Amino acid sequence: MATIATAAIQATNDFVIKFANVNGSGSASANEMFARAIIRMGVPVSPRNIFPSNIQGMPTWYEVRVSEAGWLGRRGGCDLMVALNAQTWDEDVADIEPGGYLFYDSTKHVPAERLRPDINVIGIPLTAICAREFADPNQRRLFKNIMYVGALAGLLDMELEVVEALIAQQYRGKDLLIQGNREAARIGYDYAREHFPAIGLRLARTDAVGERIFIDGNSAAGLGAVYGGATVCAWYPITPSTSVVEAFTSYCRKYRTDGDSGAANYAIVQAEDELASIGMVIGAGWNGARAFTATSGPGISLMQEFIGLSYFAEVPSVIVDVQRGGPSTGMPTKTQQSDLLACAYASHGDTRHVLLFPEDPHECFTMTAQAFDLAERLQTPVFLMTDLDIGMNERLAAPFAWDDARAYDRGKVLSAADLDSGKLFGRYEDVDGDGIPWRTLPGTHPDKGAFFTRGTSRNAQARYSEIGSDYVYNMERLRLKFETAKGLVPAPQIIPARSATRLGVIYYGSTSPAMAEALALLAAEGVHLNALRVRGFPFNAEVEAFVDAHDFVFVVEQNESAQLRTLLVNECEFDPKKLVKVLHYDGSPITARFISGAIAEALNTPRLRPLAPTKA
Amino acid sequence: MTYIAKPRLLADVQPRNAIGFTRRDYEGRVSTLCAGCGHDSISAAIVQAVYELDLEPHRLAKLSGIGCSSKTPDYFIGASHGFNSVHGRMPSVATGANLANRDLTYLGVSGDGDSASIGIGQFAHAMRRGLNLTYIVENNGVYGLTKGQFSATADKGSKSKKGVLNADSPIDLVALALQLGATYVGRSFSGDKDQLVPLIKGALRHKGPAFIDVLSPCVTFNNHAGSTKSYDYVREHNEAVNKVEVVLPRDAIETSYAPGSLRRVVQHDGSMLLLRKLGEDYDPTDRILAMNHLHERAALGEIVTGLLYVDESAEDLHRHLNTVETPLNLLTEAELCPGSAALEALNASLR
Repeated sequence: MATIATAAIQATNDFVIKFANVNGSGSASANEMFARAIIRMGVPVSPRNIFPSNIQGMPTWYEVRVSEAGWLGRRGGCDLMVALNAQTWDEDVADIEPGGYLFYDSTKHVPAERLRPDINVIGIPLTAICAREFADPNQRRLFKNIMYVGALAGLLDMELEVVEALIAQQYRGKDLLIQGNREAARIGYDYAREHFPAIGLRLARTDAVGERIFIDGNSAAGLGAVYGGATVCAWYPITPSTSVVEAFTSYCRKYRTDGDSGAANYAIVQAEDELASIGMVIGAGWNGARAFTATSGPGISLMQEFIGLSYFAEVPSVIVDVQRGGPSTGMPTKTQQSDLLACAYASHGDTRHVLLFPEDPHECFTMTAQAFDLAERLQTPVFLMTDLDIGMNERLAAPFAWDDARAYDRGKVLSAADLDSGKLFGRYEDVDGDGIPWRTLPGTHPDKGAFFTRGTSRNAQARYSEIGSDYVYNMERLRLKFETAKGLVPAPQIIPARSATRLGVIYYGSTSPAMAEALALLAAEGVHLNALRVRGFPFNAEVEAFVDAHDFVFVVEQNESAQLRTLLVNECEFDPKKLVKVLHYDGSPITARFISGAIAEALNTPRLRPLAPTKA
Repeated sequence: MTYIAKPRLLADVQPRNAIGFTRRDYEGRVSTLCAGCGHDSISAAIVQAVYELDLEPHRLAKLSGIGCSSKTPDYFIGASHGFNSVHGRMPSVATGANLANRDLTYLGVSGDGDSASIGIGQFAHAMRRGLNLTYIVENNGVYGLTKGQFSATADKGSKSKKGVLNADSPIDLVALALQLGATYVGRSFSGDKDQLVPLIKGALRHKGPAFIDVLSPCVTFNNHAGSTKSYDYVREHNEAVNKVEVVLPRDAIETSYAPGSLRRVVQHDGSMLLLRKLGEDYDPTDRILAMNHLHERAALGEIVTGLLYVDESAEDLHRHLNTVETPLNLLTEAELCPGSAALEALNASLR
């Protein structure tokens, strides 16, 4: 059975393993355990679920990038395919790099023509072994998963003890499950050791993980909302954002339950739709509570009218947009960065909104917390522009940190004492020259400070007005407020090239880890680019200076229409010819090879060509 | 349209309520609605009700959607904060506001277009969710601001000003509210202040979703022969089930009524509703009976008014969510932020 091709890939702590499974088969927890075991060995990994919009029976993949160097993006290609889904067999086999490895359940014979001569084939009769070792049909089915993890441990020279420790941790208190799972892992491990020589891919203990934590971005955003002081959350279930609110709920139960009364220091409402969700957020924001919703593209579309109200009536609101493939229902379980324009200019009339672009779970936490400060300071909607890749995949990230001396910025709110001290109140008057007016909260003062909030035009005293000059005053003030926002949103991260260059690259969000690896691949071939990661919109001065300082700037995005580039051209009036599109939008997370290949091709650098023709 | 500002000179001699406010203190800006509009009578009834309840104006929050009715919160209780939101979406904004501060009294004003058409989803869910809100629909069966189209509450067979017959079945928001779980449901007529003021008072003291459908003829577009929402039609077909009086806990209970014709309902806040029965055997605490009565009378062409249903043991959304007594908008970092130590422990669990 064991046929090892001559040009077998040799790599230690640097390869890509892909698991091809059927969803609903119980493989997810075994696969996750495999990834965690590698982290426990001190080797960084970044796993990604590629899953269908379905509960049972459809193909699903779990791709694990192993990288001691710390590249957490997708590289592209696959070195070892764990092919356990007959439906996708042919495409899975075709996906393997020449010299790569195919692992499969050899209980059923696979004819030679369904294989490839240039790969190494490792067949283990998982189903047959399970049928022999376990009597219970459920166990036979489920233990197959942990058995292939054990077998992989044997092939890759992993420490089986680490897998065993994880089993004990996962099934703590359920001794029968621990025993069965350990046994299955051990059987797989021993079988692999006995029947196959060590393969070219190896895992070796090291210390490259450090203090980092392993968490998904949606959980981090939910936690950020707790730390950011959100008390009201209104939402409607939608993939891939649902787990933001699930995490917020569970962290609230843990951290926000009043010790004495057991009552909740928060309110979470599952609304009837996204319109009601954002309406509740705006009502709460108007009344002085920090409120947010989490949604995805279709929800953003439904919220448009209310977002305009939040902008024009100047009511703080926070919207977490976990982006997926659009338009329409699009690709609900695939990732994209395609809501930028829909959010930046959401709603009819002249609007512009503050956007934040987290790169990983760490920034999902910090930026969600920061979004509440920004929303109240600026009295406007603030969007956290995350996506499915960050949101629904666990990622190694810098540990969370919080400064206990940090106070929330509640913005310009007049108290009863302020009103009594004779401060003049004009709800929409620019008193401070920054475009941000003062507001009062309902119930504050018996006879001062009340005003009527409306989405219709009004004068600076909040009185209904159809006078052109009143409207223009207000719009110019809103424009000034947006200028003020430039100094408040997070500054970009600039990564200078090792050698002086007139070429730059701009990217944002989940592209970050693949970009880092792509820059290294390009640099190794002598192509140097200064890189800038946009972290907020409106673009601050550093972004403008960066583009001005380069001859050409690549703009790398995960959408079809170059939406960030459109924003750059529209807001900063750059020459469009200067901004070169690099676009990836098939719904899979962008890869290092795709970026480096596209840039190399654009630069017409023949030496770099081998990097280009790889699958996404 | 009334352009004459109301003189304030008489304020000193006006009577004051228990907390020292005159009725004037509860008024708002000058209405821009058509002269004779039923909505202005409802605004006046709201002013009277809040005045009589001795409610501090700033502890009331007024919310509305879009339309003629939704403009009215600017025309009463100017010392309250108001929010004229988005068409059909007042309930969600009110829900968020209520979640943020449970200590204020919330009054939502909407219209039949705003609630029965574009906003029927939010109307329904606010009722079923137990939102502590007084929800008044100023119901004229017609779109006024866009000049006379039928709304979803217009009766089948009623005639528009331009002579068009309405072929669609009407939505009865009172019937819906009863079915959806509202715990205080009434109907009245803008021209019947004696019935309307106590009904609003009872609703404002009710701790749960209180819905009042107020028939409010549109003098400009729906007050002609053939309309079933005109002053004349409503007066002729009005069938009151009871007459409500609201007695606040501090007041002595009057006993100048004939025993047997009166029913007392004590609300959560201690206020008492005295219901003088007009309809025979009408029990306003029986939801099924209320629904049956409503439909039976509607079949006879009668518009049932009065307090149709009240649940003395109503619970509200905050109770369901088990939120703390302190309004959420008053919580500070101390209650809200778990701090760095908790985060360190969490980090450790994620390695």
